[in-house]
Amino acid sequence: MPISDWFQAREERTYIPVDSQRSAADLPDGVWVKCEGCKKTIYQRDFEANLDVCPGCGKHADIDAPTRVLLLADAGTFAETEADITSADPLRWTSGKPYATQLETAKAKTGLTEGIITGRAAIGGHPVVLGAMDFRFIGASMGSAVGEKITRAFELALAERRPLVLVTASGGARMQEGVLSLMQMAKTSAAAARLAEAGIPYVSILTNPTSGGVTASFAVLADVILAEPGALIMFTGPRVIEQTIRQSLPKGFQTAEFLVEHGFIDAVVDRRELRDRVSLLLDYLNPGGE
Amino acid sequence: MARAFVMEFERPIAELEDKLAALKRLDVSGEPELAAEIDALQVAIIKLRDTLYSSLSAWERVQVSRHPERPKTQDYIETLFTDVIELRGDRAFGDDEAMFAGLGTLDGRRVAILGHRKGKGTKENIRRNFGMPQPEGFRKARRIMQLAGRFGIPLVTFLDTQGAYPGIGSEERGVAWAIAECLATLTRLPVPVVCVGIGEGGSGGALAIGVGDRLIMLQNAYYSVITPEACSSILFKDPSRACEVAPALTMTAEDLVRLGLADEIVPEPPGGAHRDPASVLIAVREAVVRSLGDLEGQSRDEIVARRYARLRAVGVHTEGGV
Ligand SMILES: [Zn+2]
Repeated sequence: MPISDWFQAREERTYIPVDSQRSAADLPDGVWVKCEGCKKTIYQRDFEANLDVCPGCGKHADIDAPTRVLLLADAGTFAETEADITSADPLRWTSGKPYATQLETAKAKTGLTEGIITGRAAIGGHPVVLGAMDFRFIGASMGSAVGEKITRAFELALAERRPLVLVTASGGARMQEGVLSLMQMAKTSAAAARLAEAGIPYVSILTNPTSGGVTASFAVLADVILAEPGALIMFTGPRVIEQTIRQSLPKGFQTAEFLVEHGFIDAVVDRRELRDRVSLLLDYLNPGGE
Repeated sequence: MARAFVMEFERPIAELEDKLAALKRLDVSGEPELAAEIDALQVAIIKLRDTLYSSLSAWERVQVSRHPERPKTQDYIETLFTDVIELRGDRAFGDDEAMFAGLGTLDGRRVAILGHRKGKGTKENIRRNFGMPQPEGFRKARRIMQLAGRFGIPLVTFLDTQGAYPGIGSEERGVAWAIAECLATLTRLPVPVVCVGIGEGGSGGALAIGVGDRLIMLQNAYYSVITPEACSSILFKDPSRACEVAPALTMTAEDLVRLGLADEIVPEPPGGAHRDPASVLIAVREAVVRSLGDLEGQSRDEIVARRYARLRAVGVHTEGGV
């Protein structure tokens, strides 16, 4: 399904306000979801109307890239770019599951061609280049195609002097493309540095989970780094660290809140306030300091 | 003499060497048959080593790249450069001894030097954290990159790390930020950058000082998105299948040249660089000097533009159904 159709379907849904008086008995089956935070059941439509944030405990559930774009972009403004870029299987990888099969499965499951969607959009009236990663697509890991789409997003922002807003969620480098994936870290970082030299603002929004080679490259090279509450953001995953140091990790380690405390991100922002916050930032940060 | 370290795939050679050593302890005077046997064994060892090393697997090369007696960054610094000054500290938290940073002179040229530093022996290795830098190491490296850029000094880097250190402190002090900032600085540095893979090139920790205008790889050095053991752990929940995944990861010097990522391979003697360090050090010196010579005479803008074009070409994807 093309993303435009997906948006259409999503926009045609009607949301109803959160109503705690509603009883489970009034509702058809299969429209309740369980919050991963407080384990309470929530009426599906309440949950969606609340942008997949639990009305009870505030837990932010993971959302996919099309939903993310809907949530950030002004209605009807998103125009996708580079939609035809997709992964090749340059190393003909067959260890574990064949990469070609994984790609087919991911495409069928998500309706996307890669682990990120990019495009032109407006946020609070500001023209921007917007990109959002989709963890469902092989963990939104960065191989050549993801690296290329991100690099082109930086280049489009530079060419059109539009601020860039990237929403990250990624398992890191895509090992099925071997050293080519590692080099995408350098490629995207070069593109980010070049945008910074030109004085075009770049805002990154780190969401759950962002890790490995994505964290250690373009994701943290932004002028302003925001993160969603409770998002896990790391270079090395907790299990590898625990195996290395042979001790368990402190509570809250590698969360967005932990990183604010240690000075690595600017703010933890509730999903329901993200669009306004980004829009306000863009009021301040004009391309080229104009 | 006790052998310090025998790699698994070299065990057949080690057995012959033990036999040879035992024969050599005997008195061969008036024993022509014994002397002939010694000669034959010596030839057999050379032949076996040549055979083994003419077709090393990726996993065997990884083992050679980790050989404890392999020449280290320190050996290259001492041999290639004169008047070396080490520059220490990240100006924020500490000095990371897993990363060397400094200035030196190479063939009459001023250069800045960076390199991962494994130790020689356990004691030094503990001090140097087995060559696995923490954020301070990357921030020190970045400081020296910027210094090189400001003063127009070419940069030479030596890669030999399993990766950034995976510890609590590393994460608390923003290792991802430190690596990313190195990448942003290095990819835009307006001076020639020559990188040499001398041993291990593990993931982001290697890449942080491993992006430049030339990449020279020793024959048995590797450069990889992940170590074969970690890859095997992810795929099979078992690190012991590293030998199976190593070839798939495309991590050897040959793989890198084939993919257009490395520019040249410095051959190693049969048995690896540690069998004849002097010849390898001389060959690396020659390759670095030649590379720096090739990169001379470009303006700062040209250097940055060419490096961007080089990086821009990295990767293989499909577009428009092609
Ligand atoms: Zn909840």
